[in-house]
Amino acid sequence: MSKNKRSPSNQTMTRARTAQSTSDRLLEIDGLSVEYQLPDRTIKALRDVSMSLEEGETLGIAGESGSGKSTLALAILQYLGDNGNVSGGSISFKDTSLLDASDEDLRSIRGNEIAHVPQNPQTSLNPSITVGEQIAEVIRLHQGKSSTEAKEDAIGILRQVNISDPEENYERYPHELSGGMQQRVLIAMALSCNPELLILDEPTTGLDVTTQSKILSLINELKDEFNTSIVLITHDLGVLAETSDRVAILYAGELVEKGTTSDIFSNSANPYTRGLLAATPDIETERELKPIPGNIPNLDRVPDGCIFADRCEFVEDECRTGQIDLEAVDDGSGHVTRCRRWEHVVDEPLKTSESEGTTSGPVDEAYDSDRKLLEAKNLTKTFGETGLLDQVFGGEQPVQAVNGVDIDVCESETVGIVGESGCGKSTLGRLMVQLLDQDEGTIEFRGEDISSTSDAFDEFRKDTSIVFQNPDSSLNPQKRVYTILERPLDLLADGAEQDKDERIAKLLMQVGLGPEYATKYPGELSGGEKQRVGIARAFASNPKFVVLDEPVASLDASVQANILDLLQELKAEYNTSYLLISHDLSVVNHICDRVAVMYLGEIVETGPKSDVFNPPYHPYTQALLSSIPSMDPEDDRERIHLEGDVPSARNPPSGCSFHSRCPKKIGEQCEQSKPELEGTNAGGQDNRHRVSCHLDEEQMNEPVRET
Amino acid sequence: MGKFGRYLAIRSLYSILILWGVTLVVFGVTQILPGDPATMVLGPYVSEQGIELVNERLGLNKPLPVQYFDWITGIFVGDWGLSFQYEQPVYDIVVPRMLRTAQLALVAFLLVVCIGVPLGVVAAIYRGSYVDTVVSAVTYVWLAVPGYVFGILFILLLGGPVFYLFPSSGYVAPSESISGWFGHILLPSVTLALMMVAHVLRQTRSELIDTLQSEYVRTARLKGLDERTVLVKHALRNGIIPTVTLLALKLGSLLGGTVLIEYVFSYPGIGTLTVEAIHNRDLPVLQMSILLIAAAYVIANLIADVLYTYLDPRIEYGGA
Ligand code: SF4
Ligand code: SF4
Repeated sequence: MSKNKRSPSNQTMTRARTAQSTSDRLLEIDGLSVEYQLPDRTIKALRDVSMSLEEGETLGIAGESGSGKSTLALAILQYLGDNGNVSGGSISFKDTSLLDASDEDLRSIRGNEIAHVPQNPQTSLNPSITVGEQIAEVIRLHQGKSSTEAKEDAIGILRQVNISDPEENYERYPHELSGGMQQRVLIAMALSCNPELLILDEPTTGLDVTTQSKILSLINELKDEFNTSIVLITHDLGVLAETSDRVAILYAGELVEKGTTSDIFSNSANPYTRGLLAATPDIETERELKPIPGNIPNLDRVPDGCIFADRCEFVEDECRTGQIDLEAVDDGSGHVTRCRRWEHVVDEPLKTSESEGTTSGPVDEAYDSDRKLLEAKNLTKTFGETGLLDQVFGGEQPVQAVNGVDIDVCESETVGIVGESGCGKSTLGRLMVQLLDQDEGTIEFRGEDISSTSDAFDEFRKDTSIVFQNPDSSLNPQKRVYTILERPLDLLADGAEQDKDERIAKLLMQVGLGPEYATKYPGELSGGEKQRVGIARAFASNPKFVVLDEPVASLDASVQANILDLLQELKAEYNTSYLLISHDLSVVNHICDRVAVMYLGEIVETGPKSDVFNPPYHPYTQALLSSIPSMDPEDDRERIHLEGDVPSARNPPSGCSFHSRCPKKIGEQCEQSKPELEGTNAGGQDNRHRVSCHLDEEQMNEPVRET
Repeated sequence: MGKFGRYLAIRSLYSILILWGVTLVVFGVTQILPGDPATMVLGPYVSEQGIELVNERLGLNKPLPVQYFDWITGIFVGDWGLSFQYEQPVYDIVVPRMLRTAQLALVAFLLVVCIGVPLGVVAAIYRGSYVDTVVSAVTYVWLAVPGYVFGILFILLLGGPVFYLFPSSGYVAPSESISGWFGHILLPSVTLALMMVAHVLRQTRSELIDTLQSEYVRTARLKGLDERTVLVKHALRNGIIPTVTLLALKLGSLLGGTVLIEYVFSYPGIGTLTVEAIHNRDLPVLQMSILLIAAAYVIANLIADVLYTYLDPRIEYGGA
């Protein structure tokens, strides 16, 4: 059990350093512009961006995808690819101009003085070289150490990033490690030569909250220990609030606001920053989400005036002409904003409160056992049953993906399923719409077992559908939107041949796309638009029950809020029930009525949202909730860090399957006997709130003790 | 047993099962070929007794399962039966032919490896340069031309009345004359190599280009490694894995007899032998030559799979 409490004194120290003179300046970017040359046009990816970084400081850079944040990172490393080039400005690092550095100079800087931690740990490590060698290689290269010394150093650094059994893991290949461990290896590799500047590009995207929170506290620890300066790039504002001293917000290649973390989070003077903040769900405040309308513009032509004008709710005529300059909001702290009307913006809070009633929070009363639409009992699914030959030769154990799950969904209710990756939530979702067949268990739809008659099964099929996480892979790129939507209509819609064109046009309207989208191909759509088509397809057959499998996981916050709104609207209109699968507790909290928390194929806690989250009972739920990065930079509550990764579902722990990581484990009982899912007293009648844990309620409500 | 050992065992077992299946098919097919073997041995005008005698000597009057069993056990003890046509042990006929084909295949294979792989690598590294453009353009044209066309062109130009540089047909054992051996084997093997080199080159190029654009190669560059290390250590190994597999499969098809090319060059290999055996209804020879060709394919497939699994640590040694 490890716990980490961020010490506030450290933070104030670094902040104090920020305010010092410019003599400690490590990195200075001045008026940087970057262009990408495409065959038919030029993309102006960054325009006139200036920022600087002091020693020991963490600078967070945020913005939607397409804002130019990764380009900025790669420009610092002078790695823009064949078609990218710096068209103006300067980057100096400790008084050397990186733009003028020779290839040889750059090689001795990269990995040594400036290290980069890339975005996707799975694809950023060489699959056929052991992770240890990938680290030792850098040490030999830049520090001229012998193989044995480099190996020792590499093992030491693996230990420092909290990799257990570093000697053993040194010899492993990347695919043998979990995503969180791969990310640690990349961080270890970056730190191996003690760089002065560390560039972290989306270091926690794609990781589970629990792993994310451990990586973030690791970054905070290492920063203090190595006194490394950090540029941290992310689309997740919570991550920034957690780690940064100062923040820069990019939009469409321009720096729109820059200031200390508290300037940005509590005192923003820019409509875009405010928009981002309002679009990000926050589990603590439970305020309503406010999407930013529209999309980030194409950057081959940059309009006159403010580039955000088309999406800005403060826009006036004056915004549309001339150049918008950065203006100082507060002379002392260096808080600047690129907005002509920032004084209005500061005076007038965003109009979230007078919402159009679309994001109306879910009602606790939606659960009504008389109106059960769907009830699954004892669902069980095992993958990888071994064949005869494998058994002869001693093959691996099968994976118990879903293990005896009971779950029900009422009419027009939204039930959320949360859990770390590998907990079986996606498999459960697929079972619930019968994309997979269960090994055991039954599903009743409107009180009738769907396997009893083929009519019952057909009716179930017609009335259910699913929205997938990744619209890129779930929409056929060869087919026009019309054809994509036509298929479920042909397959499932009522025999009465209503006008298909009309239905498709209506569907497109309902998901917020014009009828003109019918003739487009998926490749022509943005991520959010693709997901809208995916949703339109799911709703084509007028379903009563829809599984949403991570519907917003791959989208930017501003788009995410739009899609969540849309889902709520459709639910109200069609009276649909949802099963929402998500790793993001804030999203689940935002639109669900009831939640179920899954761990290793089992439900460990379930009940109305407020009973489960507020306060959490099961130790696992507590850990999940405490891992969510807070949007409040001043928040330094204690975090519960779970030991290690989720154990393999091939070989789950005995007794309570959570016992190997549980911070509140009470010894043998937990290891030997499996707790039942039982109703709590606080849950009141119908056993709506159920928890599987040997602790009594009082013990569950106690905070985690220091060990 | 380690994971890899288990995988190897399972995979080999499958190969043996497949070969066993092949023996059944070969045996079955030769049973239903038209024509009576005894008539074939003795000619059309024979007496009943003659036929009976021959059948007895060849074991053709025994029940089929017994015949099959005798054949299979014979294979293992080196008694492959007698050729109807030549009245000689099948072993003495088939094995030398197989070895000649193997020589041809190996020379062709070396040519493919030495030309296809380096050119593919160069084209990938200098992607978009004129070297790449020329190489790519030539391979595209190449792929569209059937291989034997090159063979016929070679015979006409180099072996034919124009230049008389090389003999256009036949075979000379290296023990007789090394230059004679080389002269005879060069044209058919170059033709074979030309048939395959374009494919190998293109695969090498495209896989390596993908690898060079991968994120882990970017990681390697951003560590400050020089371009040579990036290429040799980080890109080539991963980029070349699919090519290695492809090459193993190609070797299989080269060994499996290259009937057309052997025919064009009148090269006395296993391919021409098979064709003759079909003409002559020489069942024992036909059975064994087909079995050997099949074995070459199966073993090449086995090697390809095992190499791939061995080289790429990401592959799970699941089933086979
Ligand atoms: S300048 Fe105008 S359009 Fe641009 S952000 Fe400010 S208020 Fe909005
Ligand atoms: S049963 Fe024991 S191990 Fe499981 S969650 Fe409860 S306290 Fe933890």
